[in-house]
Amino acid sequence: MSMPQPSTSPRHELVHPLFVRITHWVNAIAVFIMLTSGWQIYNASPLFPFTFPPSLTLGGWLAGGLLWHFAAMWLFAANGLLYLLVGARTAHFRRKFLPLRPRDVVRDLSAALTGRLSHANLAVYNAVQKLCYVGVLVAGLIMVGSGLALWKPVQLNELAALFGGYEGARLVHFFAMLSIVLFLVIHVLMALIVPRSLRAMVLGR
Amino acid sequence: MRRTRTPVAGVSPDLLVKDAARLLPDPARRQFLRQVGSLGALALLTGCDITDGPSAEKSLRKISEFNDWVQARLFNPNRLAPTYPDSAVTKPFPFNAYYAEAEAPDVDEERYRLIIDGLVANKQPWTLDALGALPQETQITRLVCVEGWSAIGKWTGVRLRTFLERIGADLSAKYVHFVCAEGYSSSIDMPTALHPQTQMTLAFDGQTLPTRLGFPLRIRIPTKLGFKNPKHVIGLTVLNNYTGGYWEDQGYNWFSGL
Repeated sequence: MSMPQPSTSPRHELVHPLFVRITHWVNAIAVFIMLTSGWQIYNASPLFPFTFPPSLTLGGWLAGGLLWHFAAMWLFAANGLLYLLVGARTAHFRRKFLPLRPRDVVRDLSAALTGRLSHANLAVYNAVQKLCYVGVLVAGLIMVGSGLALWKPVQLNELAALFGGYEGARLVHFFAMLSIVLFLVIHVLMALIVPRSLRAMVLGR
Repeated sequence: MRRTRTPVAGVSPDLLVKDAARLLPDPARRQFLRQVGSLGALALLTGCDITDGPSAEKSLRKISEFNDWVQARLFNPNRLAPTYPDSAVTKPFPFNAYYAEAEAPDVDEERYRLIIDGLVANKQPWTLDALGALPQETQITRLVCVEGWSAIGKWTGVRLRTFLERIGADLSAKYVHFVCAEGYSSSIDMPTALHPQTQMTLAFDGQTLPTRLGFPLRIRIPTKLGFKNPKHVIGLTVLNNYTGGYWEDQGYNWFSGL
């Protein structure tokens, strides 16, 4: 099951297949709109004693934020679905994300924190990457589930009940958003630290 | 139950002025795409024209119309909104409107008439007593506001379906439109109007509907967002033309189903 881990990636080796690169950047746009319009909606009735700075929000006011949010949701969902379907069919997920063992995560995390984690071969994810990518996928699914529950708490009331009803779904939607933002901070930081990874996500290698 | 004298049935002159004032575009509301430039979102979305605000707004409204269509198909006429025990009722129930609570219209209950218009056999206006004489039902349901918050209320009144049948409304028409004493308006689809929980509410928590919650008549629709639950309703029209509504015209999604 375990794959050989070459220490360097040959120049010709494809790091990211085309479907990953396309869905990655479409997703980047969709998530950007969903987050900024979502913060606009949050500000209309804050769950916690803070609001997002208006300069970070999309839409100008609540109706604008809602229009953006309920438009970009289609892009986010359709693109995500395409990614999941192709990823599952081509065994991309199995090859890239598995095996995912807790002890590897601990090992790679301590290596990363002491600056000893190699990024020589971008095509093979280390255990921390695997955990982050699988984690953000799960957060995305929770986002869609709780979002559907908020949009349709009556028509989909069994789904809403799964999140603790309408108010529970609001909390879940908020914290799933927060975990995606946390992921993004680390993700963008890592891309800046290893600029080759950005090149690979555009050109494939 | 103190109701003060108002010159015209149901309408306060102050609110009419307010209503006229709202027809002037509110700059804060009109600029919903202007602030977008700071984020470069439009550049991302269209790849070019950041200045093309109106056409982006037009596209977003087109998608909103598509969402109306999707929601009409997701709407199950037999699916009931969850109901709650008495102990779950939110107290005090929040007031929310585009005007301050003190400015809620004072409708004279003696002069009040519900005006009926459109595709209806019997257009005779209805008094509060006549509405009160129709079969009453109570529901404890959650009101979900477009702003995100929600509150549970105990609403009593007449099934809108019963009323529409009583006045000989054309139940195959597309829309029911409501107008309110303060100048508010909203319209809904006929399937929602015929939903068993769509109610012409006359009482809240066992008391006559208070002014702040829409005296004398509110349309309570637990399958739609709160702004589609008009208060102080003075007119009902059954029709086939799309008429929008106060907030809908400003950009809130029209169907807004839950």
